[in-house]
Amino acid sequence: MELIGDKNFRDVVVDAVGEEIFTCYQCYKCSAGCPVSFAMDMLPHQVIRSVLFNQKERVLSSRTIWVCAACETCTTRCPNEIEIAKVMDVLRQIQQESGKQAKEPKVPIFHKAFLDSIKKTGRVHELTMIRNYTQKSGELREKLKTGEWKNDVKLGIKMFLRGKLKVMPPKCGGVKEVKKIFEQAKEHKKA
Amino acid sequence: MKVSFFPGCSLEGTAREYGESIEAVCKSLDIELQELSDWSCCGASSAHSTNEFLSVALPARNLSIAERKGQDLVTPCAACFSRFKAAEKALTCESKVDVGIPFQGKINILHMLEFLCREEFSEDIEKKIKRPLKNLKAVSYYGCLLVRPPRVTDTEHWEDPQALDILISRLGGESVFWPYKTECCGGSLVLTRVDIIHRLNGRLLDMAREAEADCIVTACPLCQANLDTRQEEIGDKEGVSYDIPIFYFTELMGLAFGNKGVRKWLGRHLVDPRPLLESKGLI
Ligand code: SF4
Ligand code: SF4
Repeated sequence: MELIGDKNFRDVVVDAVGEEIFTCYQCYKCSAGCPVSFAMDMLPHQVIRSVLFNQKERVLSSRTIWVCAACETCTTRCPNEIEIAKVMDVLRQIQQESGKQAKEPKVPIFHKAFLDSIKKTGRVHELTMIRNYTQKSGELREKLKTGEWKNDVKLGIKMFLRGKLKVMPPKCGGVKEVKKIFEQAKEHKKA
Repeated sequence: MKVSFFPGCSLEGTAREYGESIEAVCKSLDIELQELSDWSCCGASSAHSTNEFLSVALPARNLSIAERKGQDLVTPCAACFSRFKAAEKALTCESKVDVGIPFQGKINILHMLEFLCREEFSEDIEKKIKRPLKNLKAVSYYGCLLVRPPRVTDTEHWEDPQALDILISRLGGESVFWPYKTECCGGSLVLTRVDIIHRLNGRLLDMAREAEADCIVTACPLCQANLDTRQEEIGDKEGVSYDIPIFYFTELMGLAFGNKGVRKWLGRHLVDPRPLLESKGLI
């Protein structure tokens, strides 16, 4: 039965976001104000309900957690001070730790490319990050096929001519400390 | 007046004109921005979507450096600001988290807009205005992370913020009302779900047009980039053409102050604002 689900899951989420989540009375306010609800397969209030019902697989395999833009509208407006945006964060964290394919695989690949860039140079180098992302997400291949790469190149050239693309990676003296933070983070997983 | 300055990763790249205009405007106002030494990335949405420890420790490293220096920390990016404020709360609240990096919350963390709108600069700003932005009709776009959630940002007016509107009027422009001040631009979905970015930004552009604004004014590198770089694509998709200049608020300040370099900053935009300003006799 789906209701029973994975026992620990709900507790892990509650530990991270606080017990206010139990006070959700399904008023829809979070979903009503969500700017990307049109692209979701579960609305935010349904995600909260599902978490409370311990429906781990259902929420982790949803599209919702990846198209959520982290805009914090839901958290701001919830009459019960439930940190809905943070619930989305925790779900993304748990899903990424599971190593399973995400419903929107490109989003976690983007996050990885972004964080890899920080780990390597202490700061994000936009060009390197975008290159890594387009390669690893398969977007490069797709775009070569559809011819869409031409638009990207056009935009890239425009940005370059306007001095908006930094060619050389940044230099940050703190990179060793940043690497250490990434090492420590490995020990702080959710599940 | 001296403050610590955290530029953030995009100021050297896509938001170069934001950095240039901030430098010029602060110089005009005798504000010395001291770049935080060896600052590192705040982690942005990728950190908080991936690992909670990272989402606190990456900003904490910068907050700790700033606290040691003992000066308030100012950042021009809404995303960096939001990550710093969230880390500040996590590190200093009752059930505080320990990431092994000292920070006691003794300094203020401010977004550049909030900082420049402080009462203490208002007289100086008025004195510096050489060329009021007459006839320029602008809508203020605050976006998400500058104001939300208020428990984190300490903002007083999160549904209808006023700082940008007041600034535009003070600079001699006309701040036009629109209901999309704090709507979302899609932020970091920019590479992964371009269709969502198109839809959200298309709505913003349509509403700006409906409000009969000449331009949109922003205070965030991500919002500016999403709105400025996608207009052609969105237009092609919807069969309309958009041509709405997207300013950083500091560019408008520099313009009103008569700062050198204004033309250069504006030349970096994808939607060139210079024809509009020429038609209004502002450059
Ligand atoms: S706004 Fe809050 S109480 Fe209402 S449905 Fe959403 S989470 Fe539940
Ligand atoms: S944070 Fe996510 S779920 Fe909440 S309103 Fe924004 S996009 Fe929707």
